[in-house]
Amino acid sequence: MKMLSSCISGLAPAVAKPAAATLRRGFLTAMVGLAASLHATAAPPTAEVNTTGLSITDTTVTVGQLHSATGTMAISETGSIQAEQLAIDQINAAGGVLGRQIKVIKEDGASDWPTFAEKAKKLLVKDKVAAVFGCWTSASRKAVLPVFEKENGMLYYPTFYEGLEESKNVIYTGQEATQQIIAGLDWIAKEKGAKTFYLIGSDYIWPRTSAKIARKHIENVLKGTVVGEEFYALGHTQFGSLINKIKLKKPDVIYGIVVGGSNVSFYKQLKAAGITSDKQTVLTISVTEDEVLGIGGENLAGFYSSMKYFQSLDNPNNTAFVKAFKEKYGEKSVIGDVTQAGYLGPWLWKATVEKAGSFDVDKIAAASSGVEFKGAPEGYVRIHDKNHHLWSKTRIGQWNLDGQAKVLFESGLIEPDPFPKGYQ
Amino acid sequence: MLFKTLFKSRAEFLSYAALTLLLVVVLPVLLPVFRLNLFGKYLTYGFVGVGLVLLWGRCGILSLGQGVFFGIGGYCMAMFLKLEASDPITTKIQSTPGIPDFMDWNQLTHLPFFWEPFKHFPVALLAVVLVPTALAFCLGWAMFQRRVGGVYFAIITQAIALIISLGIDGNQGYTGGRNGITDLRTLLGWDIRSTSAQYILYFACVFFLLLCGLAAKYIINTRMGRVLVAIRDREDRVRFSGYDVALCRTFVFALAALISGVGGAFFVLQVGFMSPSLIGIVPSIEMVIFTAVGGRLSVVGAILGSLIVNLGKTTFSEAIPELWLFLMGGTFIAVVMFFPNGVAGLMEPGGWLSTKLEPFKAMLFGRSGPGSGAGNEVVEVVKNTSVSIAQTTEVTK
Repeated sequence: MKMLSSCISGLAPAVAKPAAATLRRGFLTAMVGLAASLHATAAPPTAEVNTTGLSITDTTVTVGQLHSATGTMAISETGSIQAEQLAIDQINAAGGVLGRQIKVIKEDGASDWPTFAEKAKKLLVKDKVAAVFGCWTSASRKAVLPVFEKENGMLYYPTFYEGLEESKNVIYTGQEATQQIIAGLDWIAKEKGAKTFYLIGSDYIWPRTSAKIARKHIENVLKGTVVGEEFYALGHTQFGSLINKIKLKKPDVIYGIVVGGSNVSFYKQLKAAGITSDKQTVLTISVTEDEVLGIGGENLAGFYSSMKYFQSLDNPNNTAFVKAFKEKYGEKSVIGDVTQAGYLGPWLWKATVEKAGSFDVDKIAAASSGVEFKGAPEGYVRIHDKNHHLWSKTRIGQWNLDGQAKVLFESGLIEPDPFPKGYQ
Repeated sequence: MLFKTLFKSRAEFLSYAALTLLLVVVLPVLLPVFRLNLFGKYLTYGFVGVGLVLLWGRCGILSLGQGVFFGIGGYCMAMFLKLEASDPITTKIQSTPGIPDFMDWNQLTHLPFFWEPFKHFPVALLAVVLVPTALAFCLGWAMFQRRVGGVYFAIITQAIALIISLGIDGNQGYTGGRNGITDLRTLLGWDIRSTSAQYILYFACVFFLLLCGLAAKYIINTRMGRVLVAIRDREDRVRFSGYDVALCRTFVFALAALISGVGGAFFVLQVGFMSPSLIGIVPSIEMVIFTAVGGRLSVVGAILGSLIVNLGKTTFSEAIPELWLFLMGGTFIAVVMFFPNGVAGLMEPGGWLSTKLEPFKAMLFGRSGPGSGAGNEVVEVVKNTSVSIAQTTEVTK
C-alpha cells in the first residue's frame, strides 16, 4: 500500500502535469528560501512537505538513529551516536528543519546484523521516520540495505568503507576506499621514496578490498612492489610470526588495515619487537583518534594515518565543532574520522530537505546531488552529482604521544568513485 | 491410535491446541504484517528448540552447537536465493556478471563447483534437509561410538560452532564472509519481501513448526522416547539391556539437526539474508537459553520460550536501547532461580500455575489432570520395553 501510494505520488506529477509540478517546486523552493532568509517561524504546511505519510507534524519531524549501543561494536559506534545527536541538537537550536524540530527514535542494533535489519524495518514501517542516521560496519549496512530499498527509506552512513556499492536510498558520508587510499599512497611514495610495501589487514570485505586497491595502485601507478600481503581473523592477537616476516622482508612501508582489538596487539607487538617510527615507516587507514585511545599514543608515535579528518585540523568549523563536542561529552572525549562523518549526516539531510522543499524520500534522493555543507569540520563537502558519496579531501596525520595527529598533508577535493575502473 | 500416542493427556492436547490457536489465529489477526514477520523470525528459533527438547530435555545431550545446523540449513536456502538474485542482467555492473556480488568483489571469475547444484530448487530443498542431518550423523556417530558425552560433548559442539563460523568468515569469496549472503529477493520469481509473501511464509513456517512439534511428540511418547529418557537417566543399564546407545543418540542428534536446518531455511526466507553471526557460539548458546526458558522437557514450552525470549529482546530493546541487556539478563536469572523447568514447568502438575488452577480444573473436569512427570515415564519404560530395569525408578528425581 505504501509502495503504491509512493509510486502514484512519484509518477503523477511527472506524467500528468509536468509544468504544474515544476512551477510548484519552484514556488516551494522560493518560499523555503524566503522563510530561511527571514528566519520566519511559519513552516510550510505538512500536507505539502510530506506526501508519503512519514511521521511529520506541523512542528516536529521524526528521524531514527540505528547504531550498536551494546555488543562488540558499541565502543566504535558511540562516537557516531554522539556526533549525530550533537548535530541534531544544534539544528534544533537553530530552528529545526523546515520549521520543524527533529525528534529522534534510538534503536540498538546490538552488533548483530539480523537485529540491524529488524530495527531498520521497525523504524521505517512502524515509526515512519523521515531519515535514519546509522550503521557502522559493512555487514550491518549490507543487512539493512534491502530493507531501505524495499521500504524506501533514507540512510546516512558515516563509516569509510570499501565502495562497490551505490544506492538511491543511502548517502555515504564517509570516504569510499579509493578516496582514502590513493592520495595517501601517492604521498608516502613521494615523501619517503617508498617502493616496497607490506599489506596487513583483518579478514573481511573492507580490508580485502582496500588491499586490492592499494596493490593495484602500488604496482600499476607507483611502479612499486608488494612484498607481502596477509589477512588475520578479526580478533587475532598473535602477530609474532608476521613481525619476523616483516623483519626479513624489510619493506619501505608497512600498510596497516587491521581493525578492532587486533589493532592494539599489532602495534604493541611492533613496538616490543623494536619496530618504531625511527626505523620503519607505517601507514595505516584504520587508526583514528578513537583507536589511539585503546592502542596508546606511545605505541603509535611517529606512524602515519591516512584519513579525511583529524581532530587537530585547524579551521574555524572544526574549532567550534570540537568545542561543542567536548562541552557536551566531556573534556576527555576524542573525535575520530567516523565521528565527524556522523556529524555530517543530519546537516546534509537538513540541507537536502530544504533544497527539495520536502521530506519525501524520493525527492530527497533526487535533490541530494550537489548538496553542499560549508560548515563541515573537515572543511567543505559536497554530495556527488551522480553517486551519493561525498567529495572530500584526504589528509596524512602523524601520531604524537598524546594521541593527537599532526596533519602533514592535505589533498585537494577528491571525486568519489565507488566502482573504480582499473582497480577491480 | 495416533491421537493417543501424540497426546497422552487432555492437558497435553489442550496446551498444543492452545499453541496452535495462538500461532494460526490470534497472532495473525492481532498483529500488523511487520510484527507478524518478526514473530515468524522468532518461530524459526523454535525449530531449534523442538530439536533441543528431544536432544537435551529427553536424551540428556546438551549441544551448544545447534546454531551450526540452523545455519547450514539457512545457507543452503540462501545460496539458492542468491543465485536466483544474481542473474546476468541485474549484475551487469560486475566484472563477471552472473555470479553473486561478493564473489565478484573477491575476484572470483566463475561459480565455485559446490555452488553449482544450488541452481536447482529441488536440490536446494534436499540440501536444507540432508546436509545438516548428514553432518550431525557423522559427528554424532564419531563421538557417541567413543562414548563422548556430557560436558565433553558440549565443548566439542561449541568448538564445531566456532570452526564453522570462522571457516565461513575466512572464505569470503566462497561464502560471503562476515557480511553473509545478503539481498535475497525472490523465490522462483516470487517476491518474498511483499506483504502477501510474508503472510504465506509465516503460515508455512507455523505449519512446519507444528508438524515438527508433532513428530517430536510422537517420538517422545513412543518406545523410542522412553529409551531416550532411560539413556538420559541411567545409560549403563540401557546398554546392558542390549540397546545400542550410540545409535539412539546419533539418531536423535541427527533428527534435531534436521529440524534445526528447516528452521534455518525459514529464517532466510523471512529475514532475507543469512550471516555467520547466526552460526557461532553465542547464537548457539542463546538457542539453548530459549529452550531453557520455555522448558526443555516440553515441545510447547520450547516454542513458547523462543517466542517469549525474542519478544522480550525486541520489546526491551525498543523501550530502553541503552539498558535492555540488563533486563534480559535479569529475566534469565529469575527463570533459573524461580522456574527451573521453564515456562512449561509452571503449568505441569505440581508447578506454580497448576497449583493455582487446581480448584478450577477440578471444577471443570471433575478430576485433576493425569501426571506426566519424569517418574511416570520411567515406569512406562519398564512396562513397554519389557526389560527389567525397574531399579531405574530409584535414581529418578
